[in-house]
Amino acid sequence: MARVRVLVRPKEGILDPQGQAVEQALPALGFDGVSNVHVGRLVELDVEDPGQVPAMCEKLLANTLIEDYEVVEEGAAA
Amino acid sequence: MTTFGVIRFPGSCDEVDALQAARHFGEAKLLWHKDRDLGGVDAVVVPGGFSYGDYLRVGAIARFSPVMESVAEFARSGGLVLGICNGFQVLCEAGLLPGALLPNLERRFICRQLGIEVVSDATAWTAACSPGDVLSIPVKHTSGRYYVPDDQLADVNVVFRYAHDGNPNGSTNDIAGVANAEGNVVGLMPHPEHAVDPLTGSTDGLKLFESAVRERVPA
Repeated sequence: MARVRVLVRPKEGILDPQGQAVEQALPALGFDGVSNVHVGRLVELDVEDPGQVPAMCEKLLANTLIEDYEVVEEGAAA
Repeated sequence: MTTFGVIRFPGSCDEVDALQAARHFGEAKLLWHKDRDLGGVDAVVVPGGFSYGDYLRVGAIARFSPVMESVAEFARSGGLVLGICNGFQVLCEAGLLPGALLPNLERRFICRQLGIEVVSDATAWTAACSPGDVLSIPVKHTSGRYYVPDDQLADVNVVFRYAHDGNPNGSTNDIAGVANAEGNVVGLMPHPEHAVDPLTGSTDGLKLFESAVRERVPA
């Protein structure tokens, strides 16, 4: 079994109100100099065949019309 | 007599109102999400709610339910399908309608009565309307911002727009509802099934259900 992380992000150019909200909240807490904040989704999974993960992303884990995904292999599952 | 089938997913909440709206013009029965058999209905309504908890993305899991496989087949063979709110999101995820629904620009749940302009009467669900009609119908959603990539926008069959500069969610071109190219499948964020009784302020939502009866090709 392999440990895999799938990072799903809003596609560039699509307004991301969640990211904007976080970006506006940080200066209010004294964290200045923050920009380009985007909020996405992390899916962690153990899989027997990591080669199947891109197909899982295309079919279910991401909506490629509005989201980009990145598959990160973390090595053998614990 | 037209028979409407209204789907019930775990997490649906507007299926009973949809049944009652449909019963103004025909018979209506519930279809369970695990059933592949649509029971010979003439038209299918995919109702509002939070199907499967809206986990992952709105509509993403419902799209793979057994009943939706049959609905997709039904739609492709010309069957009449209406998706309302979460139902619209499900139809987009299923690829039966173009585009996707994103979180509202103002990041809030919105619930209000709005004017919804009919853009096209050339669909099965708007045949009883005329272009330019403004229907008084409520919206209630958190993810209603309709989006299609710019290069696909010209091909979208727009059916409803938010009227009077009343775009509540940041939707592209004020789009409130769209159809497939053939016009048998329509999805919209506003809730026509909640506008069927003078008691709640408007009966304009009935027009959609009336349209489906008018449109149906006799078997």
